[in-house]
Amino acid sequence: MDLHLDRISHRYGRVEVLSDISLTIPQGRIVCIVGPSGCGKSTLLRMIGGLERPDQGAVLQQGEVPGDCLNPLTFVFQDFALLPWRTVAGNVALVLEDHALPRAQRERIVADVLARTKLTDFRDALPKQLSGGMKQRVAIARALAVNPAVMLMDEPLSALDAQTRELLMDDLVALWTRAPFTAVYVTHNLAEAVRLGHRIVVLSRRPGRIREVVSIDTPLAERRAGDPALEAHQARLWQLMRDEAEAADMELSHV
Amino acid sequence: MSDLPLSGQPPQRDDARPVPFRGGGFKPVRVRYLGAAVIVALILLVEWGTRTGVISNLTLPRPSDVLGTFHDLWVTGMLWEHLIPSVTRLAVGSALGVSTGIAVGVMIGLFSLARAGLVPLVAAIFPIPKIALLPLFVIWFGIDEGSKYALIALGTFTPTVVSTYGAVDNVDRTLIRMGQSFGLGWWSIVRKIVLPGALPGILSGLRIGLSIGIILLVAAEMLGARHGIGAYILEAGSLYDLERLFAGVVILSALGVLTSGVIGWAERRLLSWRI
Repeated sequence: MDLHLDRISHRYGRVEVLSDISLTIPQGRIVCIVGPSGCGKSTLLRMIGGLERPDQGAVLQQGEVPGDCLNPLTFVFQDFALLPWRTVAGNVALVLEDHALPRAQRERIVADVLARTKLTDFRDALPKQLSGGMKQRVAIARALAVNPAVMLMDEPLSALDAQTRELLMDDLVALWTRAPFTAVYVTHNLAEAVRLGHRIVVLSRRPGRIREVVSIDTPLAERRAGDPALEAHQARLWQLMRDEAEAADMELSHV
Repeated sequence: MSDLPLSGQPPQRDDARPVPFRGGGFKPVRVRYLGAAVIVALILLVEWGTRTGVISNLTLPRPSDVLGTFHDLWVTGMLWEHLIPSVTRLAVGSALGVSTGIAVGVMIGLFSLARAGLVPLVAAIFPIPKIALLPLFVIWFGIDEGSKYALIALGTFTPTVVSTYGAVDNVDRTLIRMGQSFGLGWWSIVRKIVLPGALPGILSGLRIGLSIGIILLVAAEMLGARHGIGAYILEAGSLYDLERLFAGVVILSALGVLTSGVIGWAERRLLSWRI
């Protein structure tokens, strides 16, 4: 399933946050959206996922949703959004409970996604017992459980420390290499964008417009931290963003 | 400065002193048995005072005499004759009040129409001294148990509503957005996300509600009941029988401690997921 953003514009009151955004998210690719803080990238992601309605324009799905997909557009949130009163397995099971699935199949899905995210040993732990990286792995397991057509990742690694972030990036690359998924990945971290993105969309400061779309052809599995080609991409992206970020930083907040 | 070693032995100089610690306090620690010890110490003090005559027998009864009265109550079976009707009234009345309170509170928390319509009404009912309405309840529900149930129910209802809708308001919105983003049904979101998330607030509201319930129980029994702790206290009071009066008061305190203990136990059982 492909997604098309068709000339999306949005305002909060008198403040224009997004202006005329058109974009295609092709199946099996990770599209990263980067931009200075307050440029509306998270708002854009919520619109793609149907949690918010744009003032103008539309988000269109094109093509068939796979038959075993329980929730085509699935979010991974920055603050994990785990239910603190449920165990790891319970948090994953939550999103399956509203679907009429045989109990055995439900348990098989939970066991499978926990194995894929290396959480099998922690299935009965409560979120308060887990580190930040583990919590986000639970959230990723939960997203995988519904077999999404598109994963919508809202700064999924921003609440984590640098080491955990590296480890989780490797995990994400491994997951994608085993079974390529479609994802929109919002971040302000350019290193993440060049490691995970097939395409990187640079938004300008508010009102967010597309400044440039950068494609990186190196396969995900071959990208390494410190790779000169990636560093060059990252430097170029930083050139694009620098002025915007600086100007955005000097603006008074109107929200 | 640059040629000082960066690690190893501390400098051998006379003016080296430890950094003063100033991070203490402001952190509740669970201290067991101190609460009970304070109560016991107070009782012993009164016992000593009444025995030596520092406290006259007219001001306070001797704790050992109160204990004797308590013993008589137990032996004659009068304890249960008073306690059972009281506890039944408290249980029935507060069960009615708390369950409707939680239901209405959740509705106010979830529906803007219910909020707009009911919050001013609740605010209007809250400050009314419910005991002033007892004559009205007697007319509506009869002099028997009905009016007492109604009084206790109304008394526990308002604090429960207020704490419940506050608790629902405070449920983490990102969890609700998460539920929506996974396509969970409305009822699933309420049952699996909103209610468990609101439970801490609801339980702490229950503490206040049930204490008010005990106060109203006694008040209702003083105005029209043959049996019950309130009737017992009223009778003792009108005869200036301080031992019996205090025995009744001790039963009430015990009832309060017991309900608070039950809620504390429920909190530890149900809210063990909290950090």
